[in-house]
Amino acid sequence: MTLSDPGTGELHYPLPAPDPLDPPKEWAELRDRCPVARVTLPSGDHAQLLTRYDDVKQVLSDPRFPRVGGGQGARISDSGGVFDSDMASVLPQSGPAHQQWRRLVMRWFTARRMTALRPRIEAMADSLIDDMVAQGAPADLKAALGFPLPVWVICTMLGVPDSDRDKFSYWSDTLLNLTRYTREEIVAAQTEFLGYMQVHVRAKREQPGDDLLSELTTEPMADGTLLTDAQLVATGQGLLVAGHETTANMISKMVAMLLADRGRWEQLLADPSLVRTAVEEALRFDANPGIGMPRYIAEDVELTSGALPAGTTVMCSMGAANRDAGAFAGAEEMDLTRSPNPHLSFGSGPHSCLGQALARTELQVTLEVLLRRLPGLDLAVPVDELQRVEGLAVGGLRELPVRW
Amino acid sequence: MKVTVDEDRCCGAGQCVMLAPDVFDQREDDGIVVLLEAEPDAALHGAVREAADVCPAAAITVHEDS
Repeated sequence: MTLSDPGTGELHYPLPAPDPLDPPKEWAELRDRCPVARVTLPSGDHAQLLTRYDDVKQVLSDPRFPRVGGGQGARISDSGGVFDSDMASVLPQSGPAHQQWRRLVMRWFTARRMTALRPRIEAMADSLIDDMVAQGAPADLKAALGFPLPVWVICTMLGVPDSDRDKFSYWSDTLLNLTRYTREEIVAAQTEFLGYMQVHVRAKREQPGDDLLSELTTEPMADGTLLTDAQLVATGQGLLVAGHETTANMISKMVAMLLADRGRWEQLLADPSLVRTAVEEALRFDANPGIGMPRYIAEDVELTSGALPAGTTVMCSMGAANRDAGAFAGAEEMDLTRSPNPHLSFGSGPHSCLGQALARTELQVTLEVLLRRLPGLDLAVPVDELQRVEGLAVGGLRELPVRW
Repeated sequence: MKVTVDEDRCCGAGQCVMLAPDVFDQREDDGIVVLLEAEPDAALHGAVREAADVCPAAAITVHEDS
């Protein structure tokens, strides 16, 4: 049976979070008492919120349950944005066709490719830190490093010239912010982005470069067919949207978590070999990961916490699942040595994040370079003065004031 | 220890290659797992277990007794 709301009245989602680095207090309560909770989304539609590790993992891993959209399942918000966009409708969303597309693009995101890309990411991080240091302390680490780095990397992968990076930042922001922009602004940005990518893809067909889109213009999928222009455009759009704001915000949140308790930063300075596990733990411990992953339950399913009937929209809270004491010992403690760390921050199963090796590499490199270049790095404001970004499908901090 | 992988389940996350590059690789064409060493040396067992534990597709199985 699906459980009812705790207390009385509606539970509005996303849940309010009073402190910048701490989770909403409801997470623990929901996991304990109401692991399948009816919530009201910003659109006014309803969904069932999942907060336990086993339930979230089961739904995300099940290939029968697609993302919401295209009139299927609840609407997340009224203003459009990424969850209500038809941007990805030209790409297969499930089944063998999705797997074929994914495997074609996957070759650009293998561990080996990422190792090869690592020195370039490191050079970008060094260059951004040079600029930040030249401006002097205090600085906003988000604006100086966290936000530009991932967009630089994606633009490099897509063969986009450096001079167009700012446009890409803006487009990605409009698609992921659920409240900051008007519907008109979102539509205008999507139209502009689409137009840019159509011209860009045609240019890559005519004059291929050493980038992902150029390679995809000539590389067939397993069934021998090539991606169409529309599919190439959607692939480029999808990679920007999936890979920019997520990693950008994670860089700032990770650094904030590590500096909020000086002992964590010092532990890494003393033993930089902990960078890998520290990054995984920051991903797990992130109390502000955004609203989660909506899924449409296409067939009746039995979860550990109850049955869900076909037609239900669920919201999977990976953040709440990542702090489930049933899955992680000392779940409410940040342990930089935690291993293994099977957190769900990149999802799970056939739709788990395509770019996770890239995200991991960017986070690891950023942390390594910061530890090397700015060992005295510290927050320039008290932790409780950090402010969350409101309205993002991807959670983040408004800025991260630091000194060194 | 004996290791098996399920290519159909594999989602190409690459965690196994990052953790145990002597045991796992990815095909260049599509990122799908390649098992380099089905019976890894004892020194690698920890990394292999971790790779299996964190694989988002549950595509790696470790048989401890064999």
